[in-house]
Amino acid sequence: MRLIAEDLACERSGRVVFRDLSFAVEAGEALAVVGPNGAGKSTLLRLVAGLLKPSAGTLTIAVEDSDADADAAVAERVHYLGHKDALKPALTPVEILEFWSAWLGDAPKGASPRAALERVGLLHTADLPSAYLSAGQRKRLSLARLLVAPRPVWLLDEPTNALDVASQETLRGLCADHAGSGGLIMIATHAETGIPTRSLALGGRA
Amino acid sequence: MKAFLALFRRDLRIAARIGGGGGTGLVFFLILVTIVPFAIGPDLNLLSRIGPAILWIAATLATLIGLDRLFQADEEDGSLDILMTGTMPLPLLVLAKGLAHWAATGLPLALFAPVLGLLLALEPAAMGAVFVTLLVGTPALTFIGAVGAALTASLRRGGLVLAVLVLPLMIPILIFGVSAAAAALGGTVPFKTPFLMLCGLSLAAVAIGSLGAALALDSAGE
Repeated sequence: MRLIAEDLACERSGRVVFRDLSFAVEAGEALAVVGPNGAGKSTLLRLVAGLLKPSAGTLTIAVEDSDADADAAVAERVHYLGHKDALKPALTPVEILEFWSAWLGDAPKGASPRAALERVGLLHTADLPSAYLSAGQRKRLSLARLLVAPRPVWLLDEPTNALDVASQETLRGLCADHAGSGGLIMIATHAETGIPTRSLALGGRA
Repeated sequence: MKAFLALFRRDLRIAARIGGGGGTGLVFFLILVTIVPFAIGPDLNLLSRIGPAILWIAATLATLIGLDRLFQADEEDGSLDILMTGTMPLPLLVLAKGLAHWAATGLPLALFAPVLGLLLALEPAAMGAVFVTLLVGTPALTFIGAVGAALTASLRRGGLVLAVLVLPLMIPILIFGVSAAAAALGGTVPFKTPFLMLCGLSLAAVAIGSLGAALALDSAGE
């Protein structure tokens, strides 16, 4: 599996964020998207997730012919982990993960909600309304979403924000496992995460 | 189908819990209908004549409360982004959310209307008619409102814009709802004529509203 972007351009309300951006991410690879504030890192990830439409260029996923759902859209193969944590304060972590598992994953079964919570070290909060979680715990709960519905492409926008040292180690482990099983990862980051194998620099002011 | 039911259940669950805001519209409905007899005075004939209209006006306004949160709540916390990366087509997403919203806000209005009819000196036949017309008509109000909710999802304090946008489109529902309820009390028009119009409008509103709101959500990414 291979994620290919050709001559991507993006405009937000008339202002060009980036243009002529081409790159490819191979299976088992992690690509770090780096650049100063406002360079368009988050925009690029949202574009790949299908939440924004490119003003020019194409974005495709090349898969082996044997793949069953070869013509699924790119957006249906990605996990997007943005700045907002997409958690409902009234629901418990288990309820939230059960929902995302049903909504995002249709083909292969992912980890059970409790197994995913254990992986990110939140099993003790499984039945607590998520309003009581701290910022770091919320981030870890968002990460658990990636585990309950397996999807090949992970788009992580500043995933280390609010995470303590141990949780950053967990994140590294999750990413290594994902890449090891043939997944693709794109990380927008400022910090040294220790995950990526390659980096894509977005220019500041073009 | 599994995803559709999951979203429906999730939204109902959120509405039912503390802070979900499921009961706000209902309480507004109760307040509005309760104060009307005090304002109008103890003229029972007058009350029972305008009762169905009062209930329908109150239900329409109560529907507007909370509609602005239909997509905005998911937009604010980022859930909408993740929902959009699902495999479910957008109109079905809107349908699931709309149905859950209706079950949490519109359905209780229809269920409580006959009880409140007592305050307005409604006859049993009129209570039944108001219940049935609200049951059929409130989904239309919700789904017409869903289009406005989708358009104003990323606007803070979008409630006012939403009301201005959708209230004119709700007028036909109001007209046929009230005339069907009034026809049940006797008159030249049989109950069935305006009621079937209301049913048709309601079905069309659910279909067109789902598509329209999906378009509005989709175009937000441009």
